[in-house]
Amino acid sequence: MSWFKRERPANGTTSQPAEGARRVRTEGLWLKCEGCRQIIWRKDLEDNFNVCPQCGAHSRIDARTRLRLLFDGEYEQHDTLLTSTDPLNFSDSKPYRERLASNQGATSLSDAIISASGKLHGRLVNICAMEMKFIGGSMGAVVGEKITKAIERSHAERTPIVIVSASGGARMQEGAVSLMQMAKISSALMRLDEGKVPYISVLTDPTTGGVTASFAMLGDLNIAEPGALIGFAGPRVIEQTIRQKLPDGFQRAEFLLRHGMLDAVVPRGELKDYIARALRFFCGPV
Amino acid sequence: MSEESSGALGSRAWQAVQLARHPKRPHSLDYIQKIFTEFEEVHGDRAFGDDAAIVCGFAFLDGKPVMVVAEQKGRDTKQKLFRNFGMPKPEGYRKAIRVMQMAAKFKRPVITLLDTPGAYPGIDAEERGQAEAIARNLREMARLPVPVICVCIGEGGSGGALALGVGNHVFMMENAVYSVISPESCAAIIWRDSAKAELAASALRLTAGDLVGLGIVDGVISEPPEGAHTDPEAAARSLKDRLRQSLSELAAMTDDELVQHRYEKFRRMGTFVK
Repeated sequence: MSWFKRERPANGTTSQPAEGARRVRTEGLWLKCEGCRQIIWRKDLEDNFNVCPQCGAHSRIDARTRLRLLFDGEYEQHDTLLTSTDPLNFSDSKPYRERLASNQGATSLSDAIISASGKLHGRLVNICAMEMKFIGGSMGAVVGEKITKAIERSHAERTPIVIVSASGGARMQEGAVSLMQMAKISSALMRLDEGKVPYISVLTDPTTGGVTASFAMLGDLNIAEPGALIGFAGPRVIEQTIRQKLPDGFQRAEFLLRHGMLDAVVPRGELKDYIARALRFFCGPV
Repeated sequence: MSEESSGALGSRAWQAVQLARHPKRPHSLDYIQKIFTEFEEVHGDRAFGDDAAIVCGFAFLDGKPVMVVAEQKGRDTKQKLFRNFGMPKPEGYRKAIRVMQMAAKFKRPVITLLDTPGAYPGIDAEERGQAEAIARNLREMARLPVPVICVCIGEGGSGGALALGVGNHVFMMENAVYSVISPESCAAIIWRDSAKAELAASALRLTAGDLVGLGIVDGVISEPPEGAHTDPEAAARSLKDRLRQSLSELAAMTDDELVQHRYEKFRRMGTFVK
C-alpha cells in the first residue's frame, strides 16, 4: 500500500517544471559536511580541494589531487614501477599479494605514494604525496625506497623536498622490513640535513605510527592541516592502555601546535603559498 | 624464507615470544652488571625528567670506555611500575640521544640494549612528542661518528626499540624477538582476536633467525639451551664475547667510514620488483 497515489517518475526527477540541471540524477551530488553537518554540493567541495566552503573543515584528498594542488601544472613522476616483493610471504584474511593487487587496481598506483618533481610557484621541487586509499597509506619497503630515492635526488640536485604524509604508519604485512624503512629514511634525511637542502614536512589527516616517528617529524618545518590527527600511538591504543577517555581535540593538529610539536597549522587553501614563501626564505628568490 | 608458515614454525616463533618475555629473563641491568666494570649511571634529558625505562651510563669493557644505553624492565610489581614496564617516554629517548652525543664528542663507542614492549602509548608521552623523540633519535644515531652496536636482548617492540637501534652492528639474542607490531596487536587487527597471537607471531617473522634471513640483523648471540634465564652468566658471557669482537672490528674504521657503513647497512633494507 502506498501513501501517495501518484507514482514517482521512473527517472527520479520530479514533475515540476525543471531546469536542465534538475533533470540529472541527484544521488551522490550532495554531501553532508562532517564538520558542520551542512549539506554541500559535491562539486563545490571538490573545487575547494575538499575543504567545506561553509565551515572550513578539511576532508581528505588523494595523492593526485594533492599534487594538483601544489604543482603549477605538469609534473614528472619517479620510480612508478617499484612494487613490493612480499618479503614475509604474509597472509591474513587474504594473501598480502592479493591485497596489493587489489589496491593497485583500485588506485592505479604501485604502492601508497607518488614521488614527483615539478614547479611550485616557478621553483623546482620534489614532492612525495602519500595515498591513504592504498592499504591505509602504510609504509612498506616500496614507500620507504621511493621516499629515500626522492631525498637522495633532492640532495644530489640541491632541490627542496616536500613530503606530504597521510598514513597509519609502518605496514604490518612487511613486518620488520617496514620498520627498518624508518631508519633508512631518517638516515637519508641526516645526509640531506648535512647538505643543507630544505625539507618541509606536511602532516595531513591522519599521520600516525612509524611515519610520524620518522620522516614526518624531521622537517626543517613541520606543518599540518587543520584538524589533522597526528600522533605516535593511535587514539584507540592509548584508550585501551590507560583506560580513560581521551580529552577533546587530543592528537589534532591544533593540540600539537599548542604543545610545541608543529611550526604551523596551515589551511589547505594557503598551503602552496606558505611552502613557496618558506622556500623563498630558505633558498632565496626563484 | 618463502615456505608457508607451518605449525612447527609457529610454535618456534611463539616460544621465542614467551622466552623473550619470561619473568626471569635477564634484563639490561643484569647484563650491564655482568659485562662491564665501573658502570656509572647518567640521568635525565636536561629538559623534562629522568625516564627509568631507559638506563644510560658510562662503563668499561675490558678496561676500555664505552657508553651504555639500555631499555630496562622491572622484575617485581614495584620495579615494573618504576620502570613503566620498560616502555620509554620521550624524555627517555631524549636522554638516550643526549648521552650518545656526549659519547661521540669524546670518541667513545656506544652500546645499546633493546628490550621494550614498545614506546609508551599515553597522553603525556604524546603531549611531549613521543614521535618526534623517536624520529630525532633515528636521524641523530645515523650521524654518530663512533662505533654503535645494538643488541636486542628480549623484546624489540617496534619504533620503541628502533629508536635505540640504528647501529653499525645489530645483533639479537637467540630468543629475542623484534617486530613492527606485537603479535597480540597484529592478531587483533587481522582476526579481531588477540588470542590468535601465536599465529600472528609466526606470520610476522620476528625471531632472530628470521631477521638474519631478512638481512635486518647481523648475527644471533647464542643463549643456553633452555633460554637465557636458565643460565644468565652463560648468556652474559656470549653477549660479552660478541661485543668484544664487534668493537674490535669497528675499531679499524675511521669516523667517516663508520657513518658511511651504518648508512649503507640501512640503505640496503627492503627488496623490490622494478
